Amino acid sequence: MPILKRRTLGALLVAAGAALAVPAQAADRFITVASTTSTEQSGLFDHLLPLFTQRTGIAVRVVAQGTGQALETARRGDADVVFVHDAAAERKFVDDGFGVKRHAVMYNDFVLIGPKTDPAGAAGKDIAAALRKVAEAKAPFASRGDDSGTHRAELRFWKDAGLDPKTAGDWYKETGSGMGPTLNTASAMDAYVLADRGTWLNFRNRGDLAVLVEGDKRLFNQYGVILVNPARHPHVKADMGRTFIDWLVSKDGQAAIASYTIGGERVFFPNAAPAS
Amino acid sequence: MMEPGSAFSAALDLVFGGDADFWGIVLLSLRVTLTALLIAAAIGLPLGALLAIGRFRGRDAVIVLTNALMGLPPVVAGLLVYLTLSRSGPLGFLGLLFTPSAMIVAQTVLILPIVIALTRQVVEGLWEEYAEHLRSLGLTPLGAIPTLLWDARFALLTALLAGFGRASAEVGAVLIVGGNIAGATRTMTTAITLETGKGNLELALGLGIVLMAVTLTVNALAFGATRASRRWGG
Repeated sequence: MPILKRRTLGALLVAAGAALAVPAQAADRFITVASTTSTEQSGLFDHLLPLFTQRTGIAVRVVAQGTGQALETARRGDADVVFVHDAAAERKFVDDGFGVKRHAVMYNDFVLIGPKTDPAGAAGKDIAAALRKVAEAKAPFASRGDDSGTHRAELRFWKDAGLDPKTAGDWYKETGSGMGPTLNTASAMDAYVLADRGTWLNFRNRGDLAVLVEGDKRLFNQYGVILVNPARHPHVKADMGRTFIDWLVSKDGQAAIASYTIGGERVFFPNAAPAS
Repeated sequence: MMEPGSAFSAALDLVFGGDADFWGIVLLSLRVTLTALLIAAAIGLPLGALLAIGRFRGRDAVIVLTNALMGLPPVVAGLLVYLTLSRSGPLGFLGLLFTPSAMIVAQTVLILPIVIALTRQVVEGLWEEYAEHLRSLGLTPLGAIPTLLWDARFALLTALLAGFGRASAEVGAVLIVGGNIAGATRTMTTAITLETGKGNLELALGLGIVLMAVTLTVNALAFGATRASRRWGG
């Protein structure tokens, strides 16, 4: 009996060793892209990436995080390309030597979502005025609170409104989570919330929420793409990463971005600088 | 609003819809969790038994520590594995982050304390009962470990199932170290998180129902195997 058991144990160990020894990254060609929940949850990548893979044979593995976390992932060398929307943070990322060069790719816009009945009377074209109304009414407001690009934009708009949400009462709620979960929270408590249009259009659990403010120039949301610096992280797949970036800003890639619609609505607007 | 029962029809659609992506997610979840369980068993069963019969300084502290580690939050386990496997971490050169292997490592970390602690408890009871008998057969304590483990196999299966349950149900660790990458590291729990985030509550709950069905099947198989081996295996 003990011998039998010993054999079983031995087999277990061998199996475990074999499982670990299987090369995690077989020969297939792929790059890892750290990007944002807004690009993933809007469905853009499901539309875009198969087109790129078909053309080049390079698979793209997207890790969707908040912009802050995505840049941190790239800073640690855990991604080959970073594709986010916070121009200031992106420039710093490049200036600090973590990225090679920042390329503008496209923009979308933020919208202020709130209950259809709009108890604060926030609807309109001016985001700062709208936020002031929400604050005056002390209407519930759901904030991402997760240092994402959208969260940082929201904080900029509060600043434009001359208000500091940190000193607000408990009508201001930080969910500390992604766009979708924050929309779920807002939907459950009829709160106002700043969202990117793509995630909103793709969001199913809307409850009584609707778009109240859109079209303010300040709501413009620029996306950039950066190759992680191979000089800093030698394992970065620079060639394939460059191929991806070149395609995104090429005529083809820009057309592919423009052709993505949700319910007939265009979500992302390509605006890469023409190749020089 | 969600219609009652629509989650069930979503679950049925998933199972019978012939969706290759969906089955890929189910198989990956099973592969990751079962591999982690296998590794945790290979390490944890002998270690637990050793802890049961060994007498050394600091043994009590080790026991308390393994018991406490059963409550290690998955997100903390994930973070530790992330920092270790990240390119900037000590094992970064392996390039394992955002791969199934990383998820296996994280889940192994979660299961191992359960296997060690429960094995220790089961074997300790047996050892107290049979120590003298085993010694009279000329077995050293170390040599008695395989016999003890074998005798305790049915109780230990429950320990392994507890480990399986913990690993298959957690999302915090696999999300951090796997990255929820479509077609590469998306598991059932991370897919549920993603669909919830998109507001696809029916689909999310449907995935949850499928996950529960998978867990039920694994437990039923274990139960059946136990019964069969009790009846015919002696």
